[in-house]
Amino acid sequence: MRTPFDPRAYQIAALAGLLAYGMAGLAFEVSIARVGLLLATALATQYVGGRLARLPRFDPRSALISGLSLCLLLRTNSEALAAGTAVVTIASKFALRWRGKHVFNPTNFGLVAMILATHAVWVSPGQWGSAAFLGFLVACLGGMVVNRAARSDVTLAFLASYGALLFLRAGWLGDPMSIPLHQLESGALLIFAFFMISDPKTTPDSRAGRVLFAILVAAGGVFVQFRLYRPNGLLWSLVALSPAVPLIDRLFPGCRYHWVGRARIPARPRKGVAHAPTLDLLPQLPLGRTRG
Amino acid sequence: MRRLSICCLSFLLAGPAAERAQAFCGFYVAKADTKLFNQASSVALVRDGDQTVMTMANDYQGDLKEFAIVIPVPTFIKREQIEVTDRALLDHLDAYSSPRLVEYFDPDPCQRMEVGGVLGGAPMARSAAPHRADEKSLGVTVEARYTVGEYDILILSAQESGGLETWLKENGYKVPPESPKFMLPVRLGTVNAKGPQELFVYALTRKGRVETTNYRTVRLPTGMDIPVFVKNEFGRFYKAVFSDQVRREDMRAVFLEYAWDMGWCDPCAAQPLSREELKSLGVAWTAGAPGQVTPSRRPAMVGGAGDVFLTRLHVRYDASHFPEDLVFQETADRTNFQGRFVLRHPWQGGETCDATREYRRALVDRREKEAQTLAWLTGWDINEIRGKMGNLAKISETTDRRSWRSLLSPF
Repeated sequence: MRTPFDPRAYQIAALAGLLAYGMAGLAFEVSIARVGLLLATALATQYVGGRLARLPRFDPRSALISGLSLCLLLRTNSEALAAGTAVVTIASKFALRWRGKHVFNPTNFGLVAMILATHAVWVSPGQWGSAAFLGFLVACLGGMVVNRAARSDVTLAFLASYGALLFLRAGWLGDPMSIPLHQLESGALLIFAFFMISDPKTTPDSRAGRVLFAILVAAGGVFVQFRLYRPNGLLWSLVALSPAVPLIDRLFPGCRYHWVGRARIPARPRKGVAHAPTLDLLPQLPLGRTRG
Repeated sequence: MRRLSICCLSFLLAGPAAERAQAFCGFYVAKADTKLFNQASSVALVRDGDQTVMTMANDYQGDLKEFAIVIPVPTFIKREQIEVTDRALLDHLDAYSSPRLVEYFDPDPCQRMEVGGVLGGAPMARSAAPHRADEKSLGVTVEARYTVGEYDILILSAQESGGLETWLKENGYKVPPESPKFMLPVRLGTVNAKGPQELFVYALTRKGRVETTNYRTVRLPTGMDIPVFVKNEFGRFYKAVFSDQVRREDMRAVFLEYAWDMGWCDPCAAQPLSREELKSLGVAWTAGAPGQVTPSRRPAMVGGAGDVFLTRLHVRYDASHFPEDLVFQETADRTNFQGRFVLRHPWQGGETCDATREYRRALVDRREKEAQTLAWLTGWDINEIRGKMGNLAKISETTDRRSWRSLLSPF
């Protein structure tokens, strides 16, 4: 039987393409050596974590996605801190779990944890500018098609609610609409919407839950950005709201997402509902030992 | 939570300095300072944690009675927090951080075999005409009024920018209709500005470089070899470089011209600011005796104060390309960066040896490359540049004519 297409393959290609464009066209402050370091560290941590968690085989895809995301987002003068961030990022997948799901998007957690802990790493949300916006959008939408809307509801709900909040704010302040439009024309925003908040492993299981989560993250991002005046409001918002996902799952139970073949198993046994993992899934692993 | 508290606000009016220093990174020749640009505003932002001290200077031409500068501040500020300061402070910052031209002299090829290679509200004037009763209805409140130096200062608060615009219009201040949104402190300029404006931001921070979060911050080209004749027209050259970069970025970027630890410089377009000067700008965190150099720094230059990182940003903006006010963030990046252009004077000695011919050959290539670099940087016509560079033979008439002719023969 033909193996279903894994959307992570597209994600890896898209992120690698964006990184190549960023380095060649936008002079990102990330060297080839830094890219190598981040990817190698992420993969090594995945390998070690997988061994410790006794995963049956080494799967580099999630670690590659996290590593490439770090290449796009993480900035620091220190190679040690760069490697440290990659370790924290991947290790969080294995260490911070709740009912078989990791709590935080790994890249999101790694970045925020290191920003808080070291004050020597940063994220440059302005690095994309707005000139590349359209090309960017195409790449991201392409990902959505490939995903076959697997979890694009969270992305769409987030973009819609974030955009609505920006326009509402502009209307309230009497600002020209060019301001919220400019705020939406952001490469950093698209990266967040298509590659971070959309992470099916850290979003609620049900569609209603995901939409609620997306709206909350958008509102939190606006609050951090325009009330607290902190940059990277969306990263802070997502990391702050991720612990609420188990609660949302309790309120709106749904099917747990699994990568290969997008097979689903119920998150929790529900009365009167039979549930069994599909064949291409690993045997049900004990708590804390599912694939990342 | 209040994120930004402006504890000192300094208004300056109009505003010169040039030194020559020799240093490791070439012999300093000239700089391209802010006076090259018309309609330029300069602002120094001293940022420490959540506290910001801002010093501003505007290039305003016209009747002073009509000059007003509007600066929305995020929190109420008191009279003691506003002072008029000396324009020389910003001039010194400008001189210290300007893009610079340096020169090298090729060694005698007979002594060394290598050639080329890159080494590495002002007078819110008679303002406040009689207060109108509908200020409140416009949502505008005059919180306080002061006279500081020669300026009358009103502290206004407004819930909405539209109300503030109406208030300004009714009180005799024109606000251009294309800019109904009111400006944040970083988006300086008079409310009546015509055409694109230049803004220079000097950010003095503890941690590292400052960048914009809602626009790209782009490093200007640096370290490039350009033809020697540029020495006489460096100002014109730099204006062309900047304009060309603005064009390439579709006028949607903020440009980094300088990022350096204030403890030193190399080469120095001007000495670093002293502790006293930094203190006047609002730097409260430097320790040690006045003028003391941090011992761990390179001993190249004197007079600076450690622990202060200077970022110089240059932006050309108008309402359509910069719809949103600039938003900054301080990064932990302490990588030094300077706008620096290099002149290389050919060896003009008369000695001949085997290496001379090789040197001449490389020199022809080098000069062509310099011409192309200059054309790329400025958009100037390549043939005009070649013409201005003159004939290499004329430059080195004293050299061995026989080897020179053999060099030219392939052409």
